[in-house]
Amino acid sequence: MATITFTLNGQPQSVEAEPRMPLLWVLRDLLNLTGTKYGCGMAQCGACTVHLDGEAIRSCLTEISAVAGRKITTVEGLGTLEHLHPVQQAWREIDVPQCGYCQSGQQMSAAALLARNAHPSDADIDTAMRGNLCRCGTYQMIRAAIHRAAELQALAVDAMALSPEGRV
Amino acid sequence: MNDLTLNRRTFLAASALAGGGFALGYRVALAAEESASSLEFNPFIRIAPNDTITLILHKPENGQGAVTSLCMLLAEELECDWERLTWEFAPVARVYGAPMQGTFGSSGIRSSWKPLREAGAKARLMLQSAAAERWNVDVAQTRTQNGRVLRNGSNDSFSYGELATAAAQLPVPETVTLKTPQQYRLIGKTTPRRDTLAKLTGQARYGIDMRVPDMAFAVLERCPVFGGTVQSFDAARTRAFPGVLDVVQVSRGVAVLASNTWAALEGRKLLDITWDFGPLATLSSARIREMQQALLKTPGAVARSDGDVDAAFAQAAKRVSATYEVPYLAHTTLEPPNATARIDASGAELWSGSQIPGLCQQGAMQVTGLPEERVKVHTLFIGGGFGSRGGGNVYSEAAEIAQVAGRAVNLLYSREDDVQQDRYRPCSLVQLDAALDAQGWPVALRGHVSCQHFQPLRNGIDREAVAGLADNDYAIAAQHFEYSPLELEVPTNFWRSVGASQNVYFMEAFLDEIAAAGNKDPLELRLRLLERAPRLRHALQVAAERAGWNTPLAPGRQRGLACVSCFGSHNAQVVELSVENGRVRVHKVTCAIDCGQVVNPHTVTQQMQGGIVYGLSAALYSEITLENGRVQQSNFHDYDALRMDAMPEIDVIIIPSDDPTPGGVGETATPAIAPAVVNAVAAAIGQRVRRLPVAKNLPAQA
Ligand code: FES
Ligand code: FES
Repeated sequence: MATITFTLNGQPQSVEAEPRMPLLWVLRDLLNLTGTKYGCGMAQCGACTVHLDGEAIRSCLTEISAVAGRKITTVEGLGTLEHLHPVQQAWREIDVPQCGYCQSGQQMSAAALLARNAHPSDADIDTAMRGNLCRCGTYQMIRAAIHRAAELQALAVDAMALSPEGRV
Repeated sequence: MNDLTLNRRTFLAASALAGGGFALGYRVALAAEESASSLEFNPFIRIAPNDTITLILHKPENGQGAVTSLCMLLAEELECDWERLTWEFAPVARVYGAPMQGTFGSSGIRSSWKPLREAGAKARLMLQSAAAERWNVDVAQTRTQNGRVLRNGSNDSFSYGELATAAAQLPVPETVTLKTPQQYRLIGKTTPRRDTLAKLTGQARYGIDMRVPDMAFAVLERCPVFGGTVQSFDAARTRAFPGVLDVVQVSRGVAVLASNTWAALEGRKLLDITWDFGPLATLSSARIREMQQALLKTPGAVARSDGDVDAAFAQAAKRVSATYEVPYLAHTTLEPPNATARIDASGAELWSGSQIPGLCQQGAMQVTGLPEERVKVHTLFIGGGFGSRGGGNVYSEAAEIAQVAGRAVNLLYSREDDVQQDRYRPCSLVQLDAALDAQGWPVALRGHVSCQHFQPLRNGIDREAVAGLADNDYAIAAQHFEYSPLELEVPTNFWRSVGASQNVYFMEAFLDEIAAAGNKDPLELRLRLLERAPRLRHALQVAAERAGWNTPLAPGRQRGLACVSCFGSHNAQVVELSVENGRVRVHKVTCAIDCGQVVNPHTVTQQMQGGIVYGLSAALYSEITLENGRVQQSNFHDYDALRMDAMPEIDVIIIPSDDPTPGGVGETATPAIAPAVVNAVAAAIGQRVRRLPVAKNLPAQA
């Protein structure tokens, strides 16, 4: 057992865990943050996607020891109910989810894509999202939602540039 | 279909809520006694004095939008404020349909259509009566709007909450008049799903997320060969793994309980188990195929026999014959099977995302020997059903582990457990023959199916084993179908659209072979044969026109089509694809659906897209094979599904319908996609793929 300290959704977090334990199970079973899902345990489905220092990673294959001192964001920290992330807003507008089980991971992959590529093409979306399975078949709505989120993100950036305090 | 129909022992009743307010629900006279005191009350709608209205949802939500659609049915007749309407999952109870309480056969809306609207209308009338009493006017002098009762010709009004306590004292009306489709405000209009926000913020709770005090995370090592049992085992290394709490033997294997899932999974790897593999240890897919081939050589039970087939074949100008086959399929819902169970002196409690929570209760009752009233089942969100979460072993396994270990457990199937210990869509082998007249039109059709059955045989037939084939709507005068059950202990189960998932592929691909042999266009042939199936015929015309069936294609692209009536709806699909370097790339699917009265168009579109993606995944990639009695696939790397980069554009056209009742949509779009793909592939490479999946059975030169 080791004590591992990292930043979780903007807050300092420390946890007692076996260093080899994947971040997925630390989040779900030790910290009771169950928004991040298990689907395969071998980086095949993307249900467990979270951000490590802003990059989308598969938490099922990320040992907790590798997270020490770094920043993790999960779906619970993506936006708040009052201030949804543009990805969540777009997903809501298009009403994407069916069973919803894959959608945490889908949104985390999409948010990471939009952070580095403000206007992804369909081909960019194919590449960034092919690791996220949706057995309910919401892909077409996810694609539309990513394009919509790009618009919402651009609007938010414009609004920020216009606001005198530099904040919306 | 009405699972809430009232019988002698069940009747709609009102009740006052503790603290004020009104509940409308069902009273059931329990089987043993019928005295008034034995009446069990199960609310259906609750109206609180603060105007909150709660629908007690007797259907689970496995992604098909049941929460929203059923709320719409109630709100339509109740005329309540949509924003103040909340919902919760019902417990398992007879009045909600137990033991078959649940969602299956695309019946979620169809079975609730009448009872839910009636309950809403009756509650509304009671609220109106309560208001009329206060105003001392006739009910006819009142009307309702958005959660209030208004008095005609005045500005007086009461909110439903203000009237609820008084309404609870009134008799429930015997009959009510329901709205006509022209009066609908909600039904038929795209309505945002009520479960979306929870699913976008990580707040939606699925079975896998269930936590109860002192609960252990559990996994179960089952025999890799179906039906095998534990001979002996050594768990010393497992017990030494940090976090492992206990190891127990249960009827289906050895369970590892731990303080977290990872420790349970890692600890399980260290188990040393000697198995008695049992009689299936030498079973292989090749052997199963030989058994099927042998069955097709002997007569089967007759599933349909119309006209003089033998005479038609004897006189035929041309004959076409083909053998088709499909493999076993796993369901691979993205949330793997799981269940949480707690057993103590007071009884058993189970938490699950199940399509049929009533069957979880039955499973737990069997294991524990507890009576129905002492086994409580709570319903959570379901991370995909597709037929897999009906009964299933996971519920009884969880209950047994909890009982033997003496503590609450959340039992999880790893993805490997799921792929290798599922109950599968059966593999099927079919021989098809057709006779054509001198003009190239089919005059006789003969088929013989060999596969395991889904359900007990009746007169030698499992209707599902031949559904979509023997019950085809085509006007071919002479038809004869036989079924030979393959008796085998490989566990089988419903898989989205059930028998149609394989038989519509056989029927629709073979029909294109008939068209080719008779030198007919596939659309022309179907339109001619569907004269007596006008709704399906119309769906086909709509899809073909929208897809531009007779218009030129981009270079390298080909089209294929297929259609089917199932689950009370009518669906036609046109596929556009190309075959490049031995790979099939589906570019576009045009899908026309006539599902009668639409409740929520958004949900219909989602189910069409979802049904197509599910069917396309299987048609292109999926195959479960057996060797030495073991399933050879284990996870998404070798049992893959359609991904974003292979996703076609799907164009869904919802056909306006005069049918005032809704048809099913959850499974309707799955069957037609495989044959539409195979028919387009044939147009591209000149050869019919007669065995699925396409990716493994495309001729080498393609
Ligand atoms: S659970 Fe991590 S990718 Fe599937
Ligand atoms: S919405 Fe069910 S797996 Fe994606």
